[in-house]
Amino acid sequence: MEWTAIVMQLFTGLSLGMLYVLLALGLSIIFGLLTVVNFAHGAMYMWGAYAGVATVAITGNFWLALLVAPLVVGGYGLLVERTLIRPLYGRDINYPLLLTFGLQFIMIEIIRIFWGTSDYPFQAPEALSMPLEIFGIFYFPAYRVFVIGLTVVICFVLWFFLERTNLGLIIKAGTRDSLMVKALGIDMGRIWWLVFGIGSALAGIAGVLAAPIRSVFPEMGLAMLVECFVVVVVGGMGSLKGAILSGIIMGEAIAITTLFYPQMADIVIFLVMAVVLLIRPSGLFGRAGLLE
Amino acid sequence: MAEGKKEQVTQSGIDRRTFIKTTGIVTGSVLLGGFHFVRLSQAQDTGPIKVGFPIPLTGPYGTEAKDQQAGAELAIAQINAKGGILGRKVELLVRDTKLNAAEAARRAKELIESEHVHIMSGVLSAANQLAVNEQCKLHGIPYVSVSQANEITQRPDNSIYTYHEAMDPHMTTQAVGEYVAKKYGKKWYFLTSDYAYGWQMTDGFIRRGKEYGAKSVGETKHPLGTSDYSSYMPRILAAKPDVLFLNNFGKDQINSAKQATAFGLKKKMQIVCPILLMSSRLGGGEEPFDGVIGGTSFYWEMNHPTAKEFVAAFQKANGRPPIDYAGYAYGGVKEILMGVERAGSLDPTKLAEAIEGRTYDNYKGPQWWRPCDHQSQQDVFIIKSKKAKAEYDVFQIIQTVSGKGERLLRTCIEVGQNPSKPIRSGLIEKK
Repeated sequence: MEWTAIVMQLFTGLSLGMLYVLLALGLSIIFGLLTVVNFAHGAMYMWGAYAGVATVAITGNFWLALLVAPLVVGGYGLLVERTLIRPLYGRDINYPLLLTFGLQFIMIEIIRIFWGTSDYPFQAPEALSMPLEIFGIFYFPAYRVFVIGLTVVICFVLWFFLERTNLGLIIKAGTRDSLMVKALGIDMGRIWWLVFGIGSALAGIAGVLAAPIRSVFPEMGLAMLVECFVVVVVGGMGSLKGAILSGIIMGEAIAITTLFYPQMADIVIFLVMAVVLLIRPSGLFGRAGLLE
Repeated sequence: MAEGKKEQVTQSGIDRRTFIKTTGIVTGSVLLGGFHFVRLSQAQDTGPIKVGFPIPLTGPYGTEAKDQQAGAELAIAQINAKGGILGRKVELLVRDTKLNAAEAARRAKELIESEHVHIMSGVLSAANQLAVNEQCKLHGIPYVSVSQANEITQRPDNSIYTYHEAMDPHMTTQAVGEYVAKKYGKKWYFLTSDYAYGWQMTDGFIRRGKEYGAKSVGETKHPLGTSDYSSYMPRILAAKPDVLFLNNFGKDQINSAKQATAFGLKKKMQIVCPILLMSSRLGGGEEPFDGVIGGTSFYWEMNHPTAKEFVAAFQKANGRPPIDYAGYAYGGVKEILMGVERAGSLDPTKLAEAIEGRTYDNYKGPQWWRPCDHQSQQDVFIIKSKKAKAEYDVFQIIQTVSGKGERLLRTCIEVGQNPSKPIRSGLIEKK
């Protein structure tokens, strides 16, 4: 096999991994602080795509959609946390899990009722529809390069927010020991609220970014959700570093498997998960003791 | 306090126990009574004629399933408006198969055993069709299949009860392969959905290609329901084919066409979808399908009198034109019901005699029921995606490949039947 094909394949894996990274970050940040396993995350991703479709239908502007989708889905996340999740804090971890599990079906059904079950076309913006030359050896869709770039920017912004701002430090402290942070006179309720909103917004932006690549339909989040749980578990529940690394590993694992044995491509991530969990039961960067 | 409550209850005439009893009895009688009523009507043969219609409403083929349902509903509405079949109303019972063969079999069994359907139709995807066909054969229920499959008209799956209104993958590939081999290059690459449908498409193309000197330069099989095809692209590009066949369906077709376009494949090769679906073209949009060609059994803008009637009626009922899968369901359901009418009964042999060897034109031009395997012979249309002038004006018919004289069909011997006799295998005696 030509080496350019392999390089191109690795690059494909990177772009594939980026959607996992975005979604896994959202799941992980919510779990890390709230210990809420958000099963509605896939449906939020789907809502992000539909918010994008709606924005483009009304304004014709993709860039605006990129802004509207996380705002809409993030706002929705804030609403969900305040009205549905909040009453369940302090109870068993299964309560919010079951709640969000049911919520995702309601969200899917709402879309089916108002938008129907058919796919919606969604084109990448004109400026990004040309293939780009990469390293002077092969062509790659400009849109996918843009997705990689934007994900890197989002990861950086998130890192900056968590490591360099007071609010971020409170969130980090809350992840370690929320009781102690409360004792210092900080209203953790508001912090949890905000974090659920940020996690949801990340799902929303992943949805709108995926729309020009994949088809937009009500159940688009279901398979994605399962894959993202695998990514989060491999990375370590609650670890952002882990989510990023594991997302990229999974993207590459799929890409490389496809090259040599495509029939295995959709189960390879489970194999990787099995191997990682055998060696490190709490994932790559997981904290021992959490969820045990 | 307690006194007051009791008094209230007595006034309304119902206490808790009575309420529970009544609700229990009412619910129970609704549940059980339903069965009872059906049994009764079954015995008297005066109730409605029931058509079971299991389809994959949820899952990657949901859009096509919705159209199947709309097509069947239209056929039945038209028949009921003219007084029904054998003087009885016709009723459609739709069930969701979730695109899962085991679920399809369960639904079919439930339709036959609990609902006592007289006729079965619907189903999409070969494995599901075979599962439903199995149930129908077991219970002696005529089944008109309205989606593509090769095995269904082939030993050991076919029977006197089995009718196949849709084209099969073999016919599709013979027609599309012939056109592509004459018009485009001879180096073919296949991106194949990894199950019976995809494999049969690839096999059919390779067989037809050989006759014209075309050969396969590679095949990649992908799991059904794959959403990201980017990792398949480098391999396809490296093989440098003239033609890329997307042997997949539904959302898989949309996603692979979308991504092949983004990777610039169209500049280097012609993309062909054996079945180019209008639902995919609408769901994927103009750009991914621009210049893509493929085969179809029906396109709503075709210029034919029965097609125009069908399209007008469908449009009136649904506010949009039908896709090819609506056509199959409409044509198939109508054909088998009219067969019952002509046969004068639901007897399987009389029904078969009323249908076999018949030339008919329900919605798109002449079709013919081959007696040896109950396959419907029909023309195949080659279409090309174009820039839409109106919402549903998305294809252009570039050629009609004639199906006359069984030229696109496998021979009766190839499907394991006797060319000179109508199929009678699988007939079961009913008491």
